[in-house]
Amino acid sequence: MATKVINFLSLCGLTWFVPFVKLASGECPKEQLREILSVIGIPVVSVLIFFAFWSFTAAQIKTSLGNLPGPVAVWEASKTLIAEHRDERAKEKAFYQRQEERNAKRLAKDPQAEVRIRKYTGKPTYFDQIGTSLITVFAGFLIATLLALPIGILCGLNKYVMTAFSPLIQIFKPVSPLAWLPIVTMVVSALYTTNDGLFEKSFINSAITVALCSLWATLINTALGVASIDKDYINVARVLRLGNIEKIVKVVIPASLPYIFAGLRISLGVGWMVLIAAEMLAQNPGLGKFVWDEFQNGSSHSLARILVAVFTIGIIGFMLDRIMVVFQKLVSFGQDVATA
Amino acid sequence: MAFLELRNVSKSYGEGAERTEVLKDVNMTICEGEFVAVIGFSGSGKTTLISLICGLIQPDEGEVLLRGKKITGPGPDRGIVFQNYSLLPWLTVEGNVAVAVNQVFKDWDPQRRHDQVRKYIEMVNLTPALHKRPSELSGGMRQRVSVARALAMNPEILLLDEPLSALDALTRGTLQYEIEKIWREDRKTAVMITNDVDEGIILADRIIPLKPGPRATLGPEFRVNLPRPRDKNELNDNDIYKHLRNDIVRYMLDIGKETGAGKSALELALPDLQPKDLRPSQREAVLSREVRAAIE
Repeated sequence: MATKVINFLSLCGLTWFVPFVKLASGECPKEQLREILSVIGIPVVSVLIFFAFWSFTAAQIKTSLGNLPGPVAVWEASKTLIAEHRDERAKEKAFYQRQEERNAKRLAKDPQAEVRIRKYTGKPTYFDQIGTSLITVFAGFLIATLLALPIGILCGLNKYVMTAFSPLIQIFKPVSPLAWLPIVTMVVSALYTTNDGLFEKSFINSAITVALCSLWATLINTALGVASIDKDYINVARVLRLGNIEKIVKVVIPASLPYIFAGLRISLGVGWMVLIAAEMLAQNPGLGKFVWDEFQNGSSHSLARILVAVFTIGIIGFMLDRIMVVFQKLVSFGQDVATA
Repeated sequence: MAFLELRNVSKSYGEGAERTEVLKDVNMTICEGEFVAVIGFSGSGKTTLISLICGLIQPDEGEVLLRGKKITGPGPDRGIVFQNYSLLPWLTVEGNVAVAVNQVFKDWDPQRRHDQVRKYIEMVNLTPALHKRPSELSGGMRQRVSVARALAMNPEILLLDEPLSALDALTRGTLQYEIEKIWREDRKTAVMITNDVDEGIILADRIIPLKPGPRATLGPEFRVNLPRPRDKNELNDNDIYKHLRNDIVRYMLDIGKETGAGKSALELALPDLQPKDLRPSQREAVLSREVRAAIE
């Protein structure tokens, strides 16, 4: 049991908890306590020092919106955001309840009456915005993956294809999302003219911008992984006389999965980073827009709320990375994966 | 009729001044059901030779014939056991064998393919490790999977490219014994590349030395007229064995000196472990150590 938990934790890269599990299963308490002190104690101390430094310096910096908020102000702001979320949800619930009651009454009076259900149009809460950001980043990541994987595999299989794509990759890879966004916006508004509202334009703009910036890592890693497959595996495929498609499906892709997933992990990281900038400009109602609106709002709480967003973005980015690490480990049979 | 025939086969790599001739005018004839060991120094073109038979590379001159038909590419009629196992790490033991069986016997029904896979895994005693991945297996176990995969394709000829050279001496001994046993069961034609004289004598009907490259050719063959099953421990006291071994060792040392291939190799520090009682002849022990170092 304990071994299983430990294996799972190290699979997720959550090695800090390993000593706790060992301690719980009664394994040499003294050693485990020392281990806990070093793996937990050191980070806790360093974070505390950071907080102290932060609250000290923040107090010295006067901005037009008041003092730069320290840890306490940010903590308060995060509590406010949660409270606002609760209020909004309560309002929404009440709205639907009122609507239902009204409709029921109308139907009781006249069974033929046309009943319309109106959607609640309150402003999105902080948590809605986190959700929007996550959906957007995954949409962009999905587009990037669908583009990068086949092209990467082709590049890896054939060096002429690689040579053909190489200049394009080199030129477009370093381009900032802020440069892409205006182009994407114009192209999307020219091509996506339907107003059926399946997707918001701002959502499409942000997702495509994320895709444009994040696909390169997957593409390059896939190409590299496919190109550097152990020659022995190819020999096995040749001896078995596997057809081209079979060779790709049964040998090439599985053999390059560790590289592909390393690329996907970088892509998702880049995508999440780029997303905030894209949302700010595209006005996609996610965390980026939250930051921008707070900045424009310019109230005395704005900076603290933006800092809450900063931490949220960081923590979510970290969790996304951990999820990708798990996948990466699952496909790297017996090879090490860097988790730092 | 010769089962496998190499006619004036030459192979070189590179172009112009960089060109090195690895094999030159290699002629070899192997009969059906025969186990032939090709023994040679490292860098003498052993792997090139087996790759030619396997069809992974094509000769520059000459031809390789299997049952009188020219070999133009690799195929499942020649099962090969690679030196470094070449197992697919994402598949289990069963999966690695199944990928070959499913490809070669496409027209069989699933149950029959499944049985074929199980049969050969059982043959190499790996049924308990059926669902393990290569990274969870020891070197010896991995090589067994590789042997099972090659045999399960039911090839006409089995090619072994230094199959045991990456293993420790004890595992090597066990696997030699197992391969000999499996081979005795259906007497499949086999060509093994090796750098170990003892391994050749235990397994093969015929030992052909490959003279050191570049421009490697085959030396005079040595017939191994020892009864099977051959037990390593009993062989140590067998006179035919001792003479044969001495002859081969001496021959290898001589050609090694001739070309200088042995000299540089002698300076290499090698893990010279052989769990073997060499007391009967002190001279032979010294000779053996020299030749093994020279060959490797």
